[in-house]
Amino acid sequence: MNTKRLLTYTILLFAIIAMVSCDKLLPAAPANEEVLDGEIEGLAPEQHAQFLRGDEAFGEVFTSAKGLGPLFVTNSCVSCHAGDGKGHPFTTLTRFGQTDNTGNQFLNMGGPQLQHRALTGYQPESIPNGATFSKFTPPAVTGLGFLQYVTDADILAMSDPNDADGDGISGVPNWIILNDFVIPALDAITQNGMYIHRFGKKAAAYDLLDQTVGAYNQDMGITSSYNPMDTHSGLSIDPEISDNTVRDVVAYLQTLKAPAPRNQNDPQVINGKSLFNQINCASCHKPKLTTSYSPVEVLSYKEFYPFTDLLLHDMGSGLDDGYTEGNALSSEWRTTPLWGLGLSPSTQGGQYFLMHDGRANSIEQAILLHGGEAENSKNQFLNLSETEKADLIKFLESL
Amino acid sequence: MKQIITIIIILASTLSFAQVDSTLFKRQKTETTQQLNMDAVYNRPFLSYGKLPVSVGGYAEVNWQHISTDGISEGHQFQMRRMTLFVASTISKRIKFLSEIEFEEGGKEIAIEFASLDVEFQPLFNLRGGIIMNPIGAFNQNHDGPKWEFTDRPISATQMLPATWSNAGFGLFGKNYQNDWMFGYELYLSGSFDDAIIDNEESKTFLPASKNNTERFEESASGTPLTTAKIAIRNKYFGEIGLSYMGGIYNTFQEDGIVLDGKRRLNVFAIDYTTTIPKTNTFITGEWAWINVDVPETYSQQYGNKQYGGFLDIVHPVLKRKMLGWEHAVLNLACRLEYVDWNVGTFKETGGNIGEEIWSVMPAVSFRPTPQTVFRLNYRIQRQTDILNNAPEKTGGFSFGISSYF
Ligand code: HEC
Ligand code: HEC
Repeated sequence: MNTKRLLTYTILLFAIIAMVSCDKLLPAAPANEEVLDGEIEGLAPEQHAQFLRGDEAFGEVFTSAKGLGPLFVTNSCVSCHAGDGKGHPFTTLTRFGQTDNTGNQFLNMGGPQLQHRALTGYQPESIPNGATFSKFTPPAVTGLGFLQYVTDADILAMSDPNDADGDGISGVPNWIILNDFVIPALDAITQNGMYIHRFGKKAAAYDLLDQTVGAYNQDMGITSSYNPMDTHSGLSIDPEISDNTVRDVVAYLQTLKAPAPRNQNDPQVINGKSLFNQINCASCHKPKLTTSYSPVEVLSYKEFYPFTDLLLHDMGSGLDDGYTEGNALSSEWRTTPLWGLGLSPSTQGGQYFLMHDGRANSIEQAILLHGGEAENSKNQFLNLSETEKADLIKFLESL
Repeated sequence: MKQIITIIIILASTLSFAQVDSTLFKRQKTETTQQLNMDAVYNRPFLSYGKLPVSVGGYAEVNWQHISTDGISEGHQFQMRRMTLFVASTISKRIKFLSEIEFEEGGKEIAIEFASLDVEFQPLFNLRGGIIMNPIGAFNQNHDGPKWEFTDRPISATQMLPATWSNAGFGLFGKNYQNDWMFGYELYLSGSFDDAIIDNEESKTFLPASKNNTERFEESASGTPLTTAKIAIRNKYFGEIGLSYMGGIYNTFQEDGIVLDGKRRLNVFAIDYTTTIPKTNTFITGEWAWINVDVPETYSQQYGNKQYGGFLDIVHPVLKRKMLGWEHAVLNLACRLEYVDWNVGTFKETGGNIGEEIWSVMPAVSFRPTPQTVFRLNYRIQRQTDILNNAPEKTGGFSFGISSYF
């Protein structure tokens, strides 16, 4: 081989090596504000490591060999909370059997949650005759660590049970007796032995541990030492996941970042924001809350923008499914946080499925479904001009 | 235990050869003209030694990869994908034995891919028994790394169909040729799939999940055979077309005489095509398969009952001459197109399309100093949707690999 040719080959080889080592030729990550998943910035290395373990556990797929079922709704957290965002009618679950604060009357018939899927050889549940039910579309799980560290005192301060200010909006917490494995916060406020619960559509879960243990058990039929009850037999069985895994998942949920708003300088968005306050959306969807002390430093004493008051509101007969949890009325729902709203379609298959059961296919439809305490606010929305409505929706999409 | 003994025996037999001066090995000529895809197990470069009735061979694959999915990359990865050994022997006239043992991931996984005894009664009528490779599509039997211009095996062949898929079984095969035509068939009864295909950590109907069950060589989960049949026709000008079917009951419907469930079937149909365009010498090969699985009513649509997908490789030689001192070196440009839908259908709840689809386009450059060895550089452009059909995950990146028979 002559030297000239050797040189050509060598140059060619180096060109190829240079090309293939270049990161520019690989698909880039989507912008941080365009996705819901990801951790809060500034975690300590061990918190970051636990976040990653929790992330993995959140994605873990259960099979019959790993304890799935025998009755279940689906086989992983992530199948309902894909991309940590909202779910889809396909993953919507059903609860039944409780109409008021006297508790669930169908606990011995599979209540409160319908496990309508089963391993072969088992009969899945169906809704018993006479039981009322409600469908719950999976909510986004982002920013929950911030919501966790809002004090009970702050939540109570937002509530107005007797509508003292006469704005037609009351708002009450869901007072419920704690599950035995839950340890209340040091500054928790109690009433007749009951505690303020804050997670879930009816605010019936006390904290992220409560919610996680319940999800493993009711959604997938996975027992833990916290809740060893098998949903099929009703008897206690060996734990199918370790306490460590549960703790990792809780830490993961707690350190998922808050959704980042977009297009905040757009004049339409700015106008929409002031309309949002003007027509009293903000009376329930409280723009700003603050955390108190948290052992996770990045969550301690922080202002954040979830657009919720964590309180229950009577939303009128249209949204009353005749089913409830804890001490909520069946027409009462917890104010849904609106952060991340505009990114909902990115995890809902490109569409919107809003409100507790996904019945609204657009933001406007969701607003029009507001009744009860929100009737006034909705009517004010109806009185807006078309451009004002468009601005308000643009603002909501920017969240 | 049996496996271990077999492996030791085969290893010992290959090792004893290793002590011999390797220049004494004679490379056997492989016939390349009168072959069908289904003959791939024999259509390999074997080495034989003197008059010994045993010949050995094998291949190895090493790769480097730099791939990223939505900006997340594992960085530079160096992989010894697999090393495979073949041992063939002619036991007596018209009785042959051939085995293929694969070591994957640095020896973490050892699998007998093929180990069968062939008895020839007549070219159209041969009996085969042992661990057979089910002839579904063309890739499963014709999977040797050095034969392909891409570092990765096709997605549809390994992530939808379970290549390499082998089972203990028996069957018949035969071949016939006349003028420009050639005809071949295979028909086997073998061990089968199991419940894992609809109960696995992939969270989708996934035939390869049954590969984890090595018990299948001893005990069939359903207690019923898996039938695999293939016919292939080849014309000198037109190329080769293969039609294949694989099906049977996959679930453990009874245990200790107690009926647990109905009998649930799985059916796979595949079509494969291979040709070389005479004028340009462009080589084209591809296969497409349809799967349907009877999934229990009590399951969710997470586990789909229909799947399809396939791949098409186009390989065009651009330079064929002496290069870098190799007499008959070839430089190819190639491209692989791939598609799989693991869950064909629509959601009961919304009527919307169920996702779980993948598309991939993979341009490649390959260099073959000799037909037995290939250097290949690929760039993958891949899109994959989740079950809800959200915006697809984007995967892309380079891989470079060497694969060679030895
Ligand atoms: C079958 C679908 C499904 C699965 C599986 C599932 N979830 Fe949920 N998740 C929901 C629904 C629906 C809600 C609303 C529940 C409620 O209101 O009580 C919810 C609520 C939550 C919440 C509270 C969010 C909030 O804003 O209050 C958290 C946290 C959560 N899930 C975590 C998990 C974890 C962790 C897992 C896995 C162990 C999991 N989920 C599995 C459907 C699911
Ligand atoms: C009285 C309290 C209240 C007021 C006032 C109120 N909302 Fe709501 N909002 C709620 C509650 C409670 C829900 C959850 C209802 C459900 O899930 O069925 C909700 C749900 C929503 C949703 C759906 C969120 C999702 O992710 O599903 C949107 C959007 C929304 N509200 C926007 C508005 C806008 C805009 C206004 C002002 C016009 C407004 N809300 C006024 C209490 C209120």
